[in-house]
Amino acid sequence: MRMNDSGLDGYNFAYLDEQTKRMIRRAILKAIAIPGYQVPFGSREMPLPYGWGTGGIQITAAVLGTDDTLKVIDQGSDDTTNAVNIRRFFSRTAGVATTTKTTEASVIQTRHRIPEKKLREDQVLIYQVPIPEPLRFMEPREIETRKMHALQEYGVMHVKLYEDIARFGHIATTYNYPVRVNDRYVMAPSPIPKFDNPKMNDMPALQLFGAGREKRIYAIPPYTKVSSLDFDDHPFEVQKWDETCALCGASDSFLDEIVLNDTGDRMFVCSDSDYCEERRELGYKGTQPEEQGDAA
Amino acid sequence: MYVAVKGGEEAIENSQRLLEQKRRGDTAVDELSIEQIKEQMSLAVDRVMTEGSLYNRDLAALAIKQAQGDLVEAIFLLRAYRTTLPRLGVSEPINTNSMCIQRRISSTFKDIPGGQVLGATYDYTHRLLDFSLMAEGDEPVSTDELKQMESAADTPRMPRVVDLLNAEGLIETESDGAGTGNIPDLTREPLTLPADRQLRLQALARADEGFLLALGYSTQRGYGNNHPFAGEIRHGTLNIEITPPELGFPIVIGEIEITECEMINQFTGSKKKPPQFTRGYGIAFGHSERKAMSMALIDRALRCAEFGETVVSPAQDQEFVLSHTDNVEASGFVQHLKLPHYVDFQSELELVRRLRKERGDNKQSGIDEKCA
Repeated sequence: MRMNDSGLDGYNFAYLDEQTKRMIRRAILKAIAIPGYQVPFGSREMPLPYGWGTGGIQITAAVLGTDDTLKVIDQGSDDTTNAVNIRRFFSRTAGVATTTKTTEASVIQTRHRIPEKKLREDQVLIYQVPIPEPLRFMEPREIETRKMHALQEYGVMHVKLYEDIARFGHIATTYNYPVRVNDRYVMAPSPIPKFDNPKMNDMPALQLFGAGREKRIYAIPPYTKVSSLDFDDHPFEVQKWDETCALCGASDSFLDEIVLNDTGDRMFVCSDSDYCEERRELGYKGTQPEEQGDAA
Repeated sequence: MYVAVKGGEEAIENSQRLLEQKRRGDTAVDELSIEQIKEQMSLAVDRVMTEGSLYNRDLAALAIKQAQGDLVEAIFLLRAYRTTLPRLGVSEPINTNSMCIQRRISSTFKDIPGGQVLGATYDYTHRLLDFSLMAEGDEPVSTDELKQMESAADTPRMPRVVDLLNAEGLIETESDGAGTGNIPDLTREPLTLPADRQLRLQALARADEGFLLALGYSTQRGYGNNHPFAGEIRHGTLNIEITPPELGFPIVIGEIEITECEMINQFTGSKKKPPQFTRGYGIAFGHSERKAMSMALIDRALRCAEFGETVVSPAQDQEFVLSHTDNVEASGFVQHLKLPHYVDFQSELELVRRLRKERGDNKQSGIDEKCA
């Protein structure tokens, strides 16, 4: 992807200097070579706070070229304030084209969702990651977890899932549900709902994960096996809704619950706003379609 | 009628305009100048420089002004600027023996060569609100008098107390580690654990003062006690030198103000080695004794492995301490909880409803049937 000096005066293209980008690209290459392995990198202080997507932003800055089209989503939507802010950051510092349409984007930065639309080989999906270590809440010490990964000692994770079943009758992890990548590393998929886990498997697009505060990058190369941890008698399953999207009628998307008033009325709508919009443009209607003109 | 949320961009722009007004406050009141902050809020400037890891009084003052006096926010501003700066060179190691002293005290030796120099300190002030400061235009100390006091203090260059009085070898001697070649740089490479002392000291130097203070205090209350004595606390100015490759000899590029603390701690000994006091080290930009002393307590606590002490307390646990010292990281992550978590919360809601339904106590749940 080509570089030039368009963007914000006084700053390099996409904010980071070229040396830093090279350092990040080297970490990305290593991450791709060892799918699911957390590569430490010299994460920088960004002008946005740690915990607000600095890992994803640094990866995006490192892979972005002038001919790219960027899409940024948070909770599946292009219009949440944090997504707006990150998109604004890159249109200021890199001057690249931005889009809300999944199909038009070459680089997609996301927090907490994978778009409903199947991604292609010529797209890169970049996740913002708060806690890259899947074993962290079982073993807080990195010195220990590093050994556990090296020895593939993942027993604690299965014990945790088993204890859920013993206490609740179900695996009680609903997001950031642990996966095993390429039959080797157990990996945190970032806090996406487990609904999205199956999309990671065999995905044609490159998936990159950036944790800025924790200074780790990891990756899933295209067409890599990603399986969600489970048991033979308790197979992995995703969330299901009795409802369909009230705006577009979709029955196959992740639904957000919207509280309408203080008497308990609520409705369900697609969390992926682009997916919902596109369906409505195609004429699909839910039980409470938006009035004409409001959807713009 | 529900309409999908739009207009985030406009909301952010409006919010930032409002913030600009809030920051400025009542325009009938004079605007604060960078000079005023530098001169009259110098200890705030010192803290921002120390934890922002950048010695620049003007920029630290600017950050304080821009952040409405929120020091952690100011530190963040300075860090985000610092990270964009090129590395032009590495300075020669500073030697605090050559410090131009403004204050220097020892609590371990009554009389020290060069004497105890009290300097400017809040230590012996009575903490009574001075209402005369509310009336402006006062000039409490004449500049002549000040100059006289300063010149009395900063004439001799004083060697460090602990080294000076250690002819008997009762106190361990510090080594300069691996030399200048291989000093790790925490700001360019990620922290790797376990971290050696050089790396730990780097992390502690930019660590949050409040966090170190609380942890240092905890060691004094028995959570990893290491029997500290303030061997020496000194504050003054020091030259910074670099050796340009084309010259081959060091030249002075400027002067910085620092505070240094040497703690003398719990002695150790073994069959092979006679008993000897151990040390803890703290340093900060400007005048920041609380920070330097807390740092020295934690430095010593984190050296437990070196002396065969068992890790029993948080202050001795380097993963715990080093992973949580940075207030830019901590502030960001705590406050990221303000970001939307609709999707994750929705996932949990769905599960909790399902679990309750299966238990059969859905009736008391107060949840409308159609949503369960």
